[in-house]
Amino acid sequence: MTDQHLITLTVNGADHELLVSARRTLVDAIRHDLRLTGTHVGCEHGVCGACTILVDGAPARACLMFAVQAEGRDIRTVESLGAPDDLSDLQTAFADNHGLQCGFCTPGFLMLAEGFLSENTSPSRDEIREAVSANLCRCTGYQTIVDAIEDCAARRCQSHGPAGDAAGGSCPGRTRPQHEPRPA
Amino acid sequence: MSSVTKSEHREPRFETDGTWVGASVRRREDPRLVSGRGQFVDDIALPGMAHAQFVRSTVAAGEVVDIDLTETRRTPGVLAAYTAADLDLGDITAILERPLSEFVPTDMPVLARDRVRFTGEPLAIVLAEDPYAAEDGVEAARVTYSASTAVVSDDQALAEGAPLVHDNAPKNTLLDVSMFATDGIEDVFASADCVVDVVARSARQNALPLETRGVVVSWEERDEQLLVRTCTQVPHQVRTVMARCLGRDERTVRVVVPDMGGGFGQKCVVGREEIAAGAAAIRLGRPVKWIEDRRDALSAAFLAREQRYEARAAFDSEGRILALDADIVCDMGAYSCFPFSAGIEPLMASAEMPGVYRVPAYRVRGRAITTNKAPSAPYRGVSRPQYVMVMERLFERAARELDLDPVEIRRRNVITEFPYTGVNMVTYDPGSYLEALNLCEELVRAEGWYEFQREAAAQGRTVGIGYCCFNERTGYGSDAFAKRKMMVVPGFDLSEIRMDTSGSVVVTSGTMNHGQSHETTLAQIVATQLGIDVAKVKVQQGDTDRITYGWGTFASRSVTIGGSAVSLAADRLGVKLRHIGAHLLDTEIDNVELHRGTVRHRDDHERAVPFTDIADAAYLRANRLPKDTEPGLTETASFDTPGDGTFANATHAVVVELHPGTGKVEILRYLCVEDCGIAIHPQVVEGQCRGGIAQGIAGALFESVTYDAQGEPSCASFIDYKVPTASEIPDVEIHHLETPCAFTESGAKGVGEGGTIGAPAAVLNAVNDALRPTGIELDQTPITPETVQRALETLDTLEPQT
Ligand code: FES
Ligand code: FES
Repeated sequence: MTDQHLITLTVNGADHELLVSARRTLVDAIRHDLRLTGTHVGCEHGVCGACTILVDGAPARACLMFAVQAEGRDIRTVESLGAPDDLSDLQTAFADNHGLQCGFCTPGFLMLAEGFLSENTSPSRDEIREAVSANLCRCTGYQTIVDAIEDCAARRCQSHGPAGDAAGGSCPGRTRPQHEPRPA
Repeated sequence: MSSVTKSEHREPRFETDGTWVGASVRRREDPRLVSGRGQFVDDIALPGMAHAQFVRSTVAAGEVVDIDLTETRRTPGVLAAYTAADLDLGDITAILERPLSEFVPTDMPVLARDRVRFTGEPLAIVLAEDPYAAEDGVEAARVTYSASTAVVSDDQALAEGAPLVHDNAPKNTLLDVSMFATDGIEDVFASADCVVDVVARSARQNALPLETRGVVVSWEERDEQLLVRTCTQVPHQVRTVMARCLGRDERTVRVVVPDMGGGFGQKCVVGREEIAAGAAAIRLGRPVKWIEDRRDALSAAFLAREQRYEARAAFDSEGRILALDADIVCDMGAYSCFPFSAGIEPLMASAEMPGVYRVPAYRVRGRAITTNKAPSAPYRGVSRPQYVMVMERLFERAARELDLDPVEIRRRNVITEFPYTGVNMVTYDPGSYLEALNLCEELVRAEGWYEFQREAAAQGRTVGIGYCCFNERTGYGSDAFAKRKMMVVPGFDLSEIRMDTSGSVVVTSGTMNHGQSHETTLAQIVATQLGIDVAKVKVQQGDTDRITYGWGTFASRSVTIGGSAVSLAADRLGVKLRHIGAHLLDTEIDNVELHRGTVRHRDDHERAVPFTDIADAAYLRANRLPKDTEPGLTETASFDTPGDGTFANATHAVVVELHPGTGKVEILRYLCVEDCGIAIHPQVVEGQCRGGIAQGIAGALFESVTYDAQGEPSCASFIDYKVPTASEIPDVEIHHLETPCAFTESGAKGVGEGGTIGAPAAVLNAVNDALRPTGIELDQTPITPETVQRALETLDTLEPQT
């Protein structure tokens, strides 16, 4: 258990040299060795998503990877999004829509959404809901998290135009709130 | 009086009239939380810090023959390992002031000594250089047990000759009270037009805050203090128990709470692991960190909600309830929690079961039993999800018997005159029980769900509509808790407010934020009171050295009681500001008012002194103060809800579809009409409702902590304990009614628990409505797909005949 490995982790664009044991999880290396404590741990078995980060641009569970496996990968954590006095549009959307209460799950949801929105720039509400169901939140009931991501996608679309449509095209309107009953 | 106001998110009106209350302002805590700069317990690292893990019992019941930690101590990285014998700690004991015939106090040792009572019970604490080594150390421990038969169900616990979980608790009963028994109630049942009964069960649940429990303890030499940084809803109570168990003066323990990732009641009782970590830190001479892992949180943390009801109700031919009779058994697991004791669930249910209905005759027996399962703590809503579910089932069943509309039978029975003193001797403050029910039904009708249900049925689809009406006591003051006869009586709260020379304000509150936005809502109250920008107000909580005393956050008490204390303190500071301001303006106090950071003359607005000038006089040039005035701008106030407290209320409606083949219950629509009095921050109110409803749906359809016959927990991971995700929880539309509360300073009632209370009954009623053609009625939660599937198969066999 004492086999140590000298590795270099690239996190939020900076390289860090670390001496870690083979069994050290990536999330522990990020949180405790690099002191980037924004990424949280809720289960250590890959279900809750509190530890979600971006690895080479795609959401990944940092509790399910060993630090040694992450060498040479491009890692992004919540700290890369924006600082308290300079929040990103996604972070602002979470705050505006009350997409968080205790805030413990929030970094995981933000990184999940960041990865998701880079893949799907104009998702439907159902697609967002499905993507978001990868992570657990115990406080919000999820609705406002879906709202926040939908809001962010709509705002991005308004400012850049829908992806792949150079002419601007039409942005999907926000479907919230859905007050009509479903058709029979 | 209740006035209907649709939800609206007002912008702050400070620019026009200085009012922050009622506006959904940006939350003060959000910027740090969305940027990963929050600080939770596990984010804290101290030099020389050791990491703790616990050796836990692998059997549910038995004697501990031997704990051999030789290999543990030899494990690389392990620093020390201590058993109960090494630490010599006092026990945690929760007491009710009731005769032994009603309540049996039991001790919960910090680390089990000679006997274990549930799988997962801590036996020894292992300290290591890192958490990995601590786990290695735990694995190397050898414990020898002489296992005995585990008691794992209420039937087994109450059976004649059952093994005893605690030797001093006969019949495995920790509490047995019959709080109410109306004379002649049997005659009422005998002569009633309609008598219905229900046997209902609800499964054991885990409150499951996403952040597990945890603590970092260090000895601070300069302060002669043990600094305990932990995620708890009740910091002062943790300090008391920690000091008592360690045999120290209370001043030598300081509890500080950082950001907290939820609690929902699981963190409003004192845990054993925190105390053991404190003792270990002293013994080892190094700071100690313990972070509960999810496996321990699922199998050994405090649980809740496992209850059985045998209830019946008598009605007249018009559907008016005449009598209610209930026998309630709550399985509280292996130990009584501190401070609430094992009485928490049965006492709540016994005292409050009649709820929103005019019940003229009432008899109830409530029991807390002990079993070889992880102990129980309060969980959001405490018993109300269960007894409300039972009440609502009784009404639904009576409606069927009497061929009445399920909403109409409720309408005929809800309390409409206030204040109303019930058969349970509780006086309800004004609410909008009938208005909420009517509005909720109107919304369901207006959206066309009844037609939808009919048309769906014609196509062979199975759709149901269910309602739930309830209230929740929110401002439990000392008087209300005293009725429980607890040896420690929660209730009041204290607040201190200080203004500094820059005119900014720090206000303390004995409540404890863990997601409810106190940092924002309490600041809104103060900012409104003083007429300053909300950004000028900092709310401070969760530090027993800085906060005189407090009862923490539970039972939706924070805005009602904490908010009122904060408001009164601000009021006093306002008086002092006016007093000094009037002196500086050379006029009388009655001639001046607070306005946007100044004290100004009421008639001559040009004559005004900014708060900074007043603070300058109060601190830096005290010679300018009026002669009778002490320097400084610090005021304190306390608040306690008088009488029986405050009651928020709501009606929930839900439309479900049952899917043949899978037995899935799909929620098509969820509506909530709630009344929490004045909403300080409407967005936060809605957030509380939605989060609560999600947990209520979790209880209704998904979550169940189960054990095998030996008492081995069968859900120690998220694979087995099904927590609903965004795919299972629907959007919830919320409408607000506003019945301002006469007791609280802001007119607000609490709102933390309502969602959890309403959802199980509403969902169960909707499922039963859908199953109506089968004649099957379900009275248990969670409603499993298997049960639904079986019921739907009955429908198949019925269909050819109809
Ligand atoms: S901590 Fe990684 S998924 Fe839960
Ligand atoms: S905001 Fe608390 S867990 Fe999501």
